[in-house]
Amino acid sequence: MADILNYIWLIPVLPFLAFAAAGTVFIGKPATAAAVSIFAIAISFIISIITAVLVFTSAPGFIYESSLRWLDMPGLRVEMGLLIDPLSALMLLVVTTVALLVQIYSLGYMRDDPGFARYFAYQSVFAGSMLGLVLANNFGQIYVFWELVGLCSYLLIGFWYHKDSAKNAAIKAFITNRIGDFGFLLGILLLLITFGTLSFSQLPNQIGQYSNAAMLLVIGLLLFLGPMGKSAQFPLHVWLPDAMEGPTPVSALIHAATMVAAGVYLIARAFFIFSESAQVMSVIAYVGGFTALFAATIAITQNDIKRILAFSTLSQLGYMVMAMGIGAMTAGMFHLTTHAFFKALLFLGAGSVIHALHDEQDIWKMGNLSGKMPVTTVTFIIGALALAGIPPLAGFWSKDEILSGAFAGSHTILYLLGVFVAFLTAFYMFRLIFVAFFGSNHGGLHAHESPAPMTIPLIILSVFAIGAGLVNTGLTDFAFSRYITVSGLEHHEPVSAVMIISSLVAAAGIFLAWLIYQKQIISAEAIKTKFIPIYNLLQNKYYIDEIYAWAGKNLVLGSSRLFEWLDLKVVNGIVDGLAGFARWSGSKLRLLQNGQIQTYTVYIYVGLIVLLLAAICMSVNAWLI
Amino acid sequence: MIGFQHYLLLAALLFGIGLLGIVFKRNAVALLMSVELILNAVNINLVAINKYVLGGSGLGQLFALFVIVVAAAEVAVGLALIINIYRLKKSSDVDDFNILKW
Amino acid sequence: MMNASPLLSFILFIPLLGAALIMACPKEKHQPIKYIAAAAALISLLLSLIVFLSYDFQKAGLQFTQTYDWIKDWGISYGVGVDGISLPMMLLTALIGFAAVYASWKIADRVKEFFALLLILISGVMGTFLATDLFLFFMFYEVVVIPIYLLVVMFGSTKRVSKEYAGMKLTIYLLIGSAFLLVALIALFITAKDMLGYPSMNIADLAKLNFALGFQIFIYILMVLGFGTLLSMFPFHSWSPDGYAGAPTAVSMIHAGVLKKIGGYGLIRIGLFIFPAGAKVIAPVIAALALGNVIYAAFICLRQKDLKYIVGYSSVSHMGYVLVGIAAASLISINGAVMMMFAHGLMAALFFSMIGNVYEKSHTRSIEELGGLARQMPRMAVGMMLAGLASLGLPGTVNFIGEFTIFVGAFSHYRVITIIAVSGIILTAVYILRTMGAVLFGPRLEQWDHLQDLKGVEMVPLLVLGLPILIFGVLPFSVMDFINSGVASLLAHINNIMIGGIL
Repeated sequence: MADILNYIWLIPVLPFLAFAAAGTVFIGKPATAAAVSIFAIAISFIISIITAVLVFTSAPGFIYESSLRWLDMPGLRVEMGLLIDPLSALMLLVVTTVALLVQIYSLGYMRDDPGFARYFAYQSVFAGSMLGLVLANNFGQIYVFWELVGLCSYLLIGFWYHKDSAKNAAIKAFITNRIGDFGFLLGILLLLITFGTLSFSQLPNQIGQYSNAAMLLVIGLLLFLGPMGKSAQFPLHVWLPDAMEGPTPVSALIHAATMVAAGVYLIARAFFIFSESAQVMSVIAYVGGFTALFAATIAITQNDIKRILAFSTLSQLGYMVMAMGIGAMTAGMFHLTTHAFFKALLFLGAGSVIHALHDEQDIWKMGNLSGKMPVTTVTFIIGALALAGIPPLAGFWSKDEILSGAFAGSHTILYLLGVFVAFLTAFYMFRLIFVAFFGSNHGGLHAHESPAPMTIPLIILSVFAIGAGLVNTGLTDFAFSRYITVSGLEHHEPVSAVMIISSLVAAAGIFLAWLIYQKQIISAEAIKTKFIPIYNLLQNKYYIDEIYAWAGKNLVLGSSRLFEWLDLKVVNGIVDGLAGFARWSGSKLRLLQNGQIQTYTVYIYVGLIVLLLAAICMSVNAWLI
Repeated sequence: MIGFQHYLLLAALLFGIGLLGIVFKRNAVALLMSVELILNAVNINLVAINKYVLGGSGLGQLFALFVIVVAAAEVAVGLALIINIYRLKKSSDVDDFNILKW
Repeated sequence: MMNASPLLSFILFIPLLGAALIMACPKEKHQPIKYIAAAAALISLLLSLIVFLSYDFQKAGLQFTQTYDWIKDWGISYGVGVDGISLPMMLLTALIGFAAVYASWKIADRVKEFFALLLILISGVMGTFLATDLFLFFMFYEVVVIPIYLLVVMFGSTKRVSKEYAGMKLTIYLLIGSAFLLVALIALFITAKDMLGYPSMNIADLAKLNFALGFQIFIYILMVLGFGTLLSMFPFHSWSPDGYAGAPTAVSMIHAGVLKKIGGYGLIRIGLFIFPAGAKVIAPVIAALALGNVIYAAFICLRQKDLKYIVGYSSVSHMGYVLVGIAAASLISINGAVMMMFAHGLMAALFFSMIGNVYEKSHTRSIEELGGLARQMPRMAVGMMLAGLASLGLPGTVNFIGEFTIFVGAFSHYRVITIIAVSGIILTAVYILRTMGAVLFGPRLEQWDHLQDLKGVEMVPLLVLGLPILIFGVLPFSVMDFINSGVASLLAHINNIMIGGIL
């Protein structure tokens, strides 16, 4: 059993090899490319399961580390390592499970796409990068794979590169992430300069002995910029909704379940740094809480099925980050895990609907899908219930952990905020369901159930969406909390009052959605017209995109224009001016050389006379003195 | 009494006239004549220096004879060139002789 | 004198020999001329690889040295050798030289002149990196200028500026730079002669001397002007975009790829090595000017429409990182600077060869006219994408190693400057992705349906330049160990001098 540790390096390496193979020799053979890719992730999945079994049957403090020299010089050493502890074992499990299911699902979803082989190559490189990130044992390695994951996101969002919207969304995603990475990189540099190491196993000791609180504050805030970009926290959230331009399985894999979770994972991984500074923690908590609320309010007015899910992802990520910020690291990771399953389920379900309706994404053009797509409908509702936090589904337990944490830690504002967001979540999810899956068929579109490669992953994921929450209940003696924790972190027993309140609130949200969109007792139109300014504000996502576009156009391109002018007119102008002066003086002096001997004669004698006069003057001077 | 200075002055005057001729004349023949004037000014100087400075050694006369010979050769070549160019250009004005100028 | 192995001399003179053979060919025989050029570049590349693989970095220092007296009265000798700093530069020159021959395979006009000049150019650049004698270094540097001028003026292209303007600007800038260097060289020679008691131009000999601080500063300023111009240091960079835009593909590749690096190489291997105290005084100025490169040039890049201008300004921007590394002058930062030069050379050459390929087929380089080329030219798109990603310093490419190491090295010396320089990674991402989006992605344009993808010999530049970007990016220690050995011994030497000397 412990032998498995010798093969862990295969987990990230195999998908990379599959990428190399699918991207080069098999690029013309789609079926082989897909087979290679799925085979690689399947092997990684099996190794991950065995590893996880090993870790979770050992004592909670299990740790295994090995590393290779990568970049080495006196004062700077970056290693490529493998770190297996409960946290990374959990993430391995989540990532490989979702990645495997999504790749199988893609067999059906992407069947007719001309870029089939390329798609699987990208999927493989994404899986490899994500697994490399999860296994990293130092910040240098994390940064390397962090950027690679960003690249994969760029490639996959822009997969249909012939669409301008996809192209722009891809660029936006990469650049927004780069802004976060800028801070992240600076944070890493500061860490390296201050502590001389980037290793997760050495840093905690060093930081424990370090007392400069201001430095820890700066480092913490800079490092947090990375997760803000990757986990799409306000104000770097703008890329995530646009990322829905990619194929839907990609949205499920990257923009719901795994990549965006990398930010949260990083906070958990580097929790020992963040938790050193109370200010950093409260920044994290409030950024997360604000994002949760902000995104949930936008979600209630959106009409595109994938965008609703995207904003719900933003909102849930906000929850996780908030959990980290209030010190409930375990709860955050728990929510990450359950969310990965039910959000992947929801996205794949949405993909199934979109696939069936030939790329229609507007929920108002759908309707009454329940009869035609029974599997999709049932699994989607399971996912929505899990997301809304209805007991005993997975989302209930994890969301409850976070709310209990906020309640027990007496973060009253954040607790109330969390409860309100839970209400909004239930409301917008069931708004979607009542409009799209029930009611009348508005668009007259003909739907059909999706093929088996697509429905089977839905069914498997819905099992997880139902059951995954149970790992941290009394049934398993709160196993999750015992393994995924850091020293000094106390686990709050779920408070039953909190549980009851949140269930009631979620039920209220569903009930309200039922009243408005199913029974139509309350008119949605009337509310909309009554609050038209607020509706517009929400519908347009608080105009954040417009503000950024304005800033980009006026500030960035403006300074670009200024600098270009400077370069062409001033810097280059001086150079050309010097050349022009040489040319001009040449053209003037050239007149002296007119080729007439007579003129030259004059010069000679004038010169002679001048010399003579000078000589006379000097001799007179000498004589006078 | 005519002395050394007077010869020098005459030579300088002749030289000046020749120089002005070279500078201001545009006719090629006139230029050649001006050159002759300058050479003759030099000749006067040479002869005068021979008498007053070298004490009649004859070296000055020797050089003057050289100059006369060279001047004759120069005039011969110069006139031949001028006549040839005149045939080509129907002009003896040096301003028209700019065929070598870029 | 140690005359271990003549390998380096072969590397140096085989391209010249090829040029001589080409000169002897009748000018209609295009194919044989191209084969001779390719063979010469290939032999040079293979020998470089042998040297690279057999260099012993544990031992460090100059290896494969050869020294013969040349002009004894002035202490000038023919001396070649490689250390950890020149080794990657040599490999880079050989790689790019080989790729450049293939990138010019489609030349149909004045083939004989083109390849002869190209080989002379390769030899000249190679010579500057291999020379251990200052005079030899300078001579090879001057050798480079003539073929560059002729190649640009004869084979260049006229867009925003005419090729004559571009060629003239490039040449005059190079000559002005070398004029400063010549002054420095003569002053150094005379002073060193008095101190040594005998004339010498050997770089290692000169470095043992302890010059007066004022003299060091004076000479180092001259070198910064000379080498800085070559490295397109702000505000002496304006030759770079215009020059690349006017030059034919192969010249852009060699110029941006290696010729520019002579500047950085010279600043480290000569400037810093011989005048450490002067360098220390001038360093803050360099660091400040470097920001001009990094940020200013990156902003300008955002508005360029001609692909070659984009890469031209981006190379100015990237050289800023090198300058920051040189200014900080710590082991890590100089390691990074050398790595960055190596990485940028590969990247820029790959970029230019892909641009050249597109231009050759479509006759435009405007990103407004091009678009959606990933559909018609997928392999070219892979090459350009790889170059672009390397340019924005993505991990997995060797450029990331360079940038990261420079940042780490410079951060403890120039905190604010480094922070601003790091923000360059955002701007770089913006303009590179904008360019990639405009050229490769977006709707398919029918007027480009006739464009053929890379095939046959056109794949050579992509493979020869693209694979090292990835290989050295994934296994950075394979080249960083060499660089580190070279830089470490250089800095150890400097520290000895500075402790024993006036400072």
